[in-house]
Amino acid sequence: MPRRKKHKEIFAQGNEAVVEGALMAGCSFYGGYPITPSSEIMEIMANRLPLTEDGVFIQLEDEIASMGAVIGASLAGRKAMTATSGPGFSLKQENLGYACMAEAPLVLVNVMRGGPSTGLPTSPAQGDVQQARWGTHGDHPIIVLSASDVQECLEMSITAFNMAEKYRTPVILLIDEITAHTREKIKIPHPNEYEVVSRIVPSMPPEWYKPFEETVRGVAPMPPLGSGYRFHVTGLTHDVNGFPTSRPDEVVDLMERLHRKIDQFFYDIQLYEELQTDDAEVVVIAYGSVARSAEYAVLQAREAGVKAGLLKLKTLFPYPRRATEKILGQAGRLVVPEMNMGQMSREVKRVACGRASIRTINRIDGQIIAPSEILKVIMQG
Amino acid sequence: MTITGNEIIHQYLRHNKKFPHVLCAGCGHGIVLGTLIRSVHQLGLPKDDVVIVAGIGCSGRLAVYVDFNTIHTTHGRALTFATGVKMANPKLKVICIMGDGDALSIGGNHMIHAARRNIGVTALVLNNNIYGMTGGQSSPATPMGSVSMTAPFGQLEKNFDTVALASGAGANYVARGTVFHVRKLEKLMVKAIERPGFNMLEIITPCHTQFGRKNKYKTPVDMYKWIKSNAVDIERFNEIDEGKRGEKFPIGTFVERDLSGLEERYYKLKAEMRKARGEK
Amino acid sequence: MKNQIDLQRFEIRFSGLGGQGIITLGRVMGAGLALGHGYNVTQTQSYGPEARGGSSRCDLVISTERISFPKAENLDLLVALSQEACNTYYPYLKQGGVLVLESDLVAQPPTNHYLALPFTRMAKDKIGVPQAMNTIVLGALSRLLPFARQTVMRKSMEEALPAKIRAVNVKAFNLGFREARKHFGETPAAWEAMAAEAEKLEKKAKPAAQKKK
Repeated sequence: MPRRKKHKEIFAQGNEAVVEGALMAGCSFYGGYPITPSSEIMEIMANRLPLTEDGVFIQLEDEIASMGAVIGASLAGRKAMTATSGPGFSLKQENLGYACMAEAPLVLVNVMRGGPSTGLPTSPAQGDVQQARWGTHGDHPIIVLSASDVQECLEMSITAFNMAEKYRTPVILLIDEITAHTREKIKIPHPNEYEVVSRIVPSMPPEWYKPFEETVRGVAPMPPLGSGYRFHVTGLTHDVNGFPTSRPDEVVDLMERLHRKIDQFFYDIQLYEELQTDDAEVVVIAYGSVARSAEYAVLQAREAGVKAGLLKLKTLFPYPRRATEKILGQAGRLVVPEMNMGQMSREVKRVACGRASIRTINRIDGQIIAPSEILKVIMQG
Repeated sequence: MTITGNEIIHQYLRHNKKFPHVLCAGCGHGIVLGTLIRSVHQLGLPKDDVVIVAGIGCSGRLAVYVDFNTIHTTHGRALTFATGVKMANPKLKVICIMGDGDALSIGGNHMIHAARRNIGVTALVLNNNIYGMTGGQSSPATPMGSVSMTAPFGQLEKNFDTVALASGAGANYVARGTVFHVRKLEKLMVKAIERPGFNMLEIITPCHTQFGRKNKYKTPVDMYKWIKSNAVDIERFNEIDEGKRGEKFPIGTFVERDLSGLEERYYKLKAEMRKARGEK
Repeated sequence: MKNQIDLQRFEIRFSGLGGQGIITLGRVMGAGLALGHGYNVTQTQSYGPEARGGSSRCDLVISTERISFPKAENLDLLVALSQEACNTYYPYLKQGGVLVLESDLVAQPPTNHYLALPFTRMAKDKIGVPQAMNTIVLGALSRLLPFARQTVMRKSMEEALPAKIRAVNVKAFNLGFREARKHFGETPAAWEAMAAEAEKLEKKAKPAAQKKK
């Protein structure tokens, strides 16, 4: 067998890795508005996209406009993304809901900083977790992913695009200021080492095409604007042709399909990693940069003879229920550390239904949760 | 008259769309839609190349009736979607249909920035002086002193001059027409669609249901009569003494610049930079 | 061939004022250790809203093993380029850890165990470019740290900088290295084992390198 080519290595920030991943996934449109601590993503895109074959970069007047432009580009057939933080994420919510309703694939990166409001612009937090799930109004389905280190930023950025294209949905990638600004050595995978998924375009004659048709997967093919398939896209509740409707039967068809197309593929969407959970009696459930503190704490606890394990969530929503159920079958104690007042622990408690003792560790002072804090709770027994 | 189905309009309306439309009797929006269809027809644009991007409100509903690529966006954001579409595929003819509340109030910021960056989009602002669909509340185009659901004792604020706004922000082409002066409107619209860069056409259109009834216009016809007697060609308007203008307003072309659109500039720069690096 | 010594979470903190180039310093050093030497390195930072003035801090964790927790909390080396930074972070220096100071800007060292050079003055007087101060620090640390090799660090620095300012920074780097050799003295006691291991590696590497030629 021929020897494997050595990987190119770079010493990069999480924000840079997000861009690398996006470009590898085929992102060719970025519309944004600068905001700390996500601005590096935009700056690097401004340097890179104009030099790619079909890349488009545009700075908009605000976050609302950038979200609109990204949806427009997505409808025009582009793999499109935007990135933001804090108040910008709030402004994106309006058109995020539109993207859910119009089934426009796109990636929205939110580098979480301390909130609420302007909050702590240069400090990390994980306070936008439930907003990512429920931020835009109405009962919408959405995929929320996270990354805990720089290599994962690259990988999850690719995954975010793949899921967006596969399920015709906006995907939110939540990272925090620590992950975004930490520099680490990362390996750039060879093109045959990662999957790139693109939306399915229709192959039937235009007059047969129904843009929001029910299919087995719940996802209809999606042509780019201008390719001969003229149809109507609206944020109003619509029928299979995209025309507004308020007929209860058509409304329920749409709403159920929108949820089903995400829910039924939970095994594909819900990503997580386990560390020493096989025999664990106490399991830490963590995500983002806090998962790194948790990993350190779990290894230290093992050295001290405590059967500790880690469930690292890479998909936050739909919440990885299966993975949690498995843990609940054996571990009597769960520890959920997060840089907020307890947003993900609500999901853990909801799934656990009292089947385990759950301890939360919450920090909202703009500081990362140190391994020692998690270790202390693990050891408390 | 027998309907043959061969009229221009029948070639452009969607056959599978559930009619009737949402517009009231006497509304001017249908005239705008008819004019849009005739303008596109006159320019010979293939339906596949035309993208209609509409906002929210009565005007926003126009998109659904025509057999183009149509996007009915969120309130005020039509221009942002249009900007994304145009940058992503400059070959498409992107036409925005917005109301006065849409383009001047919630979307005012997008309007001035679309004009400033001169993105190659045609913006049709259907100004009926009121929020029609939501039930007749004041918009930034509601004239001072008139009555609305949210200004029951009279509007205290001055209304926007859409033309001055777009000109000041740097639009390539700025014009105003009315639904009464249909032939003229068609000429203005053809220009607004075929020219490069950001082209803004304000269209004065009456809303009798929500504005007229509360403001001493007994019938829709009264509103058209008001437009007829007060809309004056810009050349003639300029000759009238400022003190004697009263309710009269100018129509016609106000600005004609020939700057290239943002998408043209972007793709040109891109090609140059890639060439300099030895790429196609 | 393994050409690195065994490191278990060696933690460095650069601290001082915004505008001193502290984050660049950490980034260049981190890149040198990660890509040039092959260590696992995490570089994190904390900064205020000010582009100039204010406080600035940059941490490196260097390890042979995978680094889980990316932040430094138990420092092996603290570089303090302002009095305030020195006061704030000195308590995080571990027993036997090394303190490097800017001798003009830190008027009150918290201990008599420290190494110091007037980095800013050196940049102004000897290089003529005050902004090159951080590169002088980099040069000095390349001499001080047993696991850092001068040539690799310098090359990494050159790669990170635009061509226009490369020459002046090489000069600054060499100045820092020379001055450290002159004034920093012997390897700090806590790092002696590391230095011995590094020396062994160096000896092993040399004949191999000669063979290649």
